[in-house]
Parts: sequence; structure tokens; C-alpha cells
Amino acid sequence: MSELFSTLWTQRFMITAVLLFCIGAFSLVFNPNLIKKLIGFDLMDGAIYLMLTSAGYIRGRVAPIVTDFSAAPSVETYINPIPTGLVLTGIVVSVSVTAFALALVVRIYQKYHTVYLDVIMATMKKGVD
Amino acid sequence: MLPYYQHIPFFSIVLLMICGILTSVVRSGRVALRIHLGAVLALLGANLVLLANVLPRQERFTYALGIVSHPYGNELVCGPLEATLAVAFLLVMAMSVLGGRDGVFEDVEPGKQNLYFVMCDLIMASLLAMIYTNDAFTAYVFIEINTIAACALVMAKDSGATLVATIRYLMMSLLGSGLFLLGLTFLYHITGHLLIIDIHDQVQQLAATGAYQIPLTVLMGMMALGLGLKSALFPNHTWLPDAHGSATTASSAILSGLVLKGYVVLLIKCIFCIFGEEVFAASHVGDVLLVMGALAMVVGSVKAIQETHIKRMIAYSTVAQIGYIYLGLGMGGAAAAVAAIYQMLVHAFTKPMLFLCAGELAEASGHRKQMYYLRGAGHRAKLAGVGFTVGGLSMIGLPLLGGFAVKFYLADAALSGSWKMWVALAALAVSSVLNALYYLPAIIQIWSKAQPGENLPQLPVKRPSLAFVVAVLVLGAGTVLLGVCCSGTGALLSLGLSLL
Repeated sequence: MSELFSTLWTQRFMITAVLLFCIGAFSLVFNPNLIKKLIGFDLMDGAIYLMLTSAGYIRGRVAPIVTDFSAAPSVETYINPIPTGLVLTGIVVSVSVTAFALALVVRIYQKYHTVYLDVIMATMKKGVD
Repeated sequence: MLPYYQHIPFFSIVLLMICGILTSVVRSGRVALRIHLGAVLALLGANLVLLANVLPRQERFTYALGIVSHPYGNELVCGPLEATLAVAFLLVMAMSVLGGRDGVFEDVEPGKQNLYFVMCDLIMASLLAMIYTNDAFTAYVFIEINTIAACALVMAKDSGATLVATIRYLMMSLLGSGLFLLGLTFLYHITGHLLIIDIHDQVQQLAATGAYQIPLTVLMGMMALGLGLKSALFPNHTWLPDAHGSATTASSAILSGLVLKGYVVLLIKCIFCIFGEEVFAASHVGDVLLVMGALAMVVGSVKAIQETHIKRMIAYSTVAQIGYIYLGLGMGGAAAAVAAIYQMLVHAFTKPMLFLCAGELAEASGHRKQMYYLRGAGHRAKLAGVGFTVGGLSMIGLPLLGGFAVKFYLADAALSGSWKMWVALAALAVSSVLNALYYLPAIIQIWSKAQPGENLPQLPVKRPSLAFVVAVLVLGAGTVLLGVCCSGTGALLSLGLSLL
């Protein structure tokens, strides 16, 4: 039992991230509200960033910023900075996608006066018949 | 000192990006079109030179970007397969834009037309990056660039239908790229590498020791599912007919012919370069792809038969044709993968031609896209009629056309499989019959004269523009050549695949 708890504790970031990803993906697919869909997307990406950051973190070490130039910097002092770099890139990507999608939602709202996709689909069907 | 041709992949991507930036400040759409076409045609020449250099040497080189050394830096990689795909994609891109030119200037608001070509530049740049990249995370970044640009192409028409189609496409796409990124994160967790070559080595070691088997299988499934979502693999194809059917003609051609293929190229990279063929086959993810592909071939065709809107019919046919690619990838083995890549090339030439011709036929019928109004359209726009006929017959699989070569290669590869043989052969047979069931009536409809008593308006003969003539001739020549020279192309592809 204690083994289970210790596994859960060491994998806590992973577990949180997967839960968040599932909540986000569920909202992205099943919520009819376009804004909430986008919030779901951002949750999903946030979960992945959490997972990446936790992958690079090593307990007891600091960010790789060299302040003390008297001693040669040792690899043992610092965390792995590459995942953090990936997170930065990922954030840029998701910001631009979110901006694009929000602009699209505004456009749709101007045309259909609602952000509910099911209502919009029903309106479109009526227009065809 | 590197040989000059090794710089071509990098400069291809960067040149298109620069063109995109330049085009965004150009006011006139016509100038933007010229910049785009000039860049794409110049790069077509450059990539041909690249292909001519790597092919005789049977060389696959890596090109390091920047000064950071191997395990941390970013890299491009290019061999005969990559160069062939790049050449084909550039040619199809140029022809799709050229052939759909008039439609773009008609459908997109004046003053915003240059932005349409910015998106074309970005799509082509991201496609080339996906083909050439040797870094898994770079691939993800360019997936997202491709997604945004593709969505912008769909919504360029700015009608209610295209806006809703775009948002549905975007949501599905975002889920797909999210899954891909999650799989990639797991992979980074397990292997600690981002460069494809290093990941491959680590995955082989893991497979040899038997460690992390479950996470590896799960992440393979997630990456394959994510890319499958984005390339409209059944049952996640529901967004495609709306997006491809309602957009302007050039957009439909680019989206169906190229954008979907970009993700398939990445999946091929995942299978052959990241995981390795044996590890992927052992995970049985390929079996799922095979079944999905086979179902897509049947369901896509059945949906296409029910459709009366010509562009939506062609879009549903894309769902079926994507199924062929996944059938080949799922079957496993080099021969089946060559068949899948062959299908990618053939479809890249045939589908844009079908969309361009359908657009022209609809225009010759007073902008109406319902099958009923297209009666006799082939006589009003002769070249479009011929192009549609050739494309349709190729999709059915008439010998001497590209589609036949694909079916031949797929069936040939299937003969060596176990239970997969029956699935593949049955799906091929059923789907060929179903293809004939909707393409033949459409072809008959456009070539038949109006019956007395039918209330169809008398429409004048439409003279095709020079750009359209060139585009259809080149794409048609591609379809026919891929059918006639199938052994040479097949040998080229299998050489490229063996170097991966």
C-alpha cells in the first residue's frame, strides 16, 4: 500500500497532467460552447507544459543561470533546461493558435449571434431546407 | 565545406517564409500571386537539382542548423524520398494555385487577397519543413503552423458555411496536434532525445531490453491517432467534407492534395525513422490503422455515392483515398509502405485536378455545384470535362492511370500478408466498385445532353483561362505518367524508403 502511495507521489505531476489533459480534451470535443472549447484546448496544452517542465526538473538543483563566475559551472548544479525551452516554444504556438481561434469565434458570433456550435449547426440546417 | 546542394532544403523553407513576410506588405493580390508562384517554381527547380544530386549517390545527409552540436542542435535530413516528395508537392502547389487563381480573386475580398497567398507560402514552408525535419519537436511546431494556415485557407471565402467548417476543422486539428504533442512528451520522458535519429537508437535499446513497453505502445497509438485525426482518417473524417467542399477551389485543391499528405509524411517518419518498423509492427498500432483505413475506403465511398454536391462528393472520395494510404501503412513491410507513398503521390496529382475541374464545370453551369445542374457541363467546358474524366477514371483504377498502379502495388503487397491479405483485398475490391459507382455517373452526367422536358438554362461555352489549361495539363500529365512509369517510380520510392 505504501508502495502505491509513494509511486503516486513521485508521479504526481504526470498524474495531474494526464487528468488535466483529459478534462481539456473532453471539453474541446464535447462542449458546444466555442469559448469553452478553446479553454479546453488551453488546459490541454497547459497539461503538456506541466509534464514537460516536470520532466526537466531535478530535485535540489537550480535554473541554469550562472551568477558565480569565480568557479567553473558544474553540470551537477543545474536542472535540464531543454524542456523549459520546449515549453516556451509551445506557449508561443498555443498563444497564436488561441488568438486565431478567438478571432474566428468573434467572426462567427457576428454572423450567427451565438457561440454555441449546436445552435449554429441547427441554424445552418434550417437555412438549407 | 558542404556541397552546395546540401543547403537547398534549408533555403527552401526559409525562402518561402521570407516570401510570406514580403507578401504580407504587398497590397495587390496579383503581385502576391506572382511572388508565390515565382518562389515555388524556383524551389521546384532547386529541389529537382537536389534530387538529381542525392539520387545517383544514394545519399541521405543530415544538415545541422546553427552552431550547437549533434545531440542538442536542430537538424534537417534529406534523401531521395524526401526530395521526391518535395518536388511533387511543390509542383502540385504551383498548379493548384495557378488553376484556382480566378476563383481566389473572385471569392476573397479585394484588399485581403495578398493574405491568401501569405497562407499559401506558409503552408508550403511548413510542408517542406515536415518533409525535411530531423527533429520531432520542430515537426510539432510546423504542424501547428500548417494547421493555422490551412484553416485560414478554408475561411478565405468568408461565408457562414466556411466559417463554421473552419471552426470544426480547427477543433479537430487542435485535438490531433495535442495528442501528437502528448505522445512526443512521453517519448521525450522515456528517451531523453528530440532528434529523430537519437530517439530511434533509444527506442531500439528499449525494445531490446523490453523496458517501458506499455508507455511506448500508448504513445505510438497517441501519435498515430493524432496524425490520423489531422489527416481525416475514418472515423474522424466528419470535418473534412464541410471544410474541403465549401472552400474556394484553390483551397480545396491544396487541402485535399497536400495538407493531408503532410501529416501522413510525418506518420511515415514516425514509423520508419522514430520507432523503427519492427517495433511499430510489434505494437499492433498498425493493425488498427489497417482496419480504419479499410473502413474509410468503404464508408467514404458510400458517403460519396449519397452526395449530390460535386465538391462534397470529391471531398468524401478523399476520405476513401486517405484510407488507401493508411491501409498500406497498416499492412506493414516495405512493399506496402511503397504502395502507400505511391498513393500519396498519385492522389496529390489527381485530387487537385478533380477539384479544379469541378470548380470550372460548376462555373460553366452558372456557379451551381449540384449534380443535377452539371448536365452537359463537359460540352461547355471541354478541358475541365476531360480532366474530370481522367481524374475520375484514375480514382476508379483504370490501367495506364495512376490509380491503377496504386491498386496494383497495394494488392501485390497484400499477397504476402496473413489475415491482413483478406482485409486488404476485400477493401480494395469493394472500394473500386464503389468508386466506379459515383465517378461513372458523374462523368456520364457531365457529358450527356439535356433531355427534353428538363428545365435547365441554356448556358454559353466557357473559354478556359491559360492558367487553368496549364494547371490541368500538368496535373493530368502527372496522373498519366505515374500510371505509365510505375516501375521506375516504384523503384525510386523503395530506394528512398530503404535509406530512411
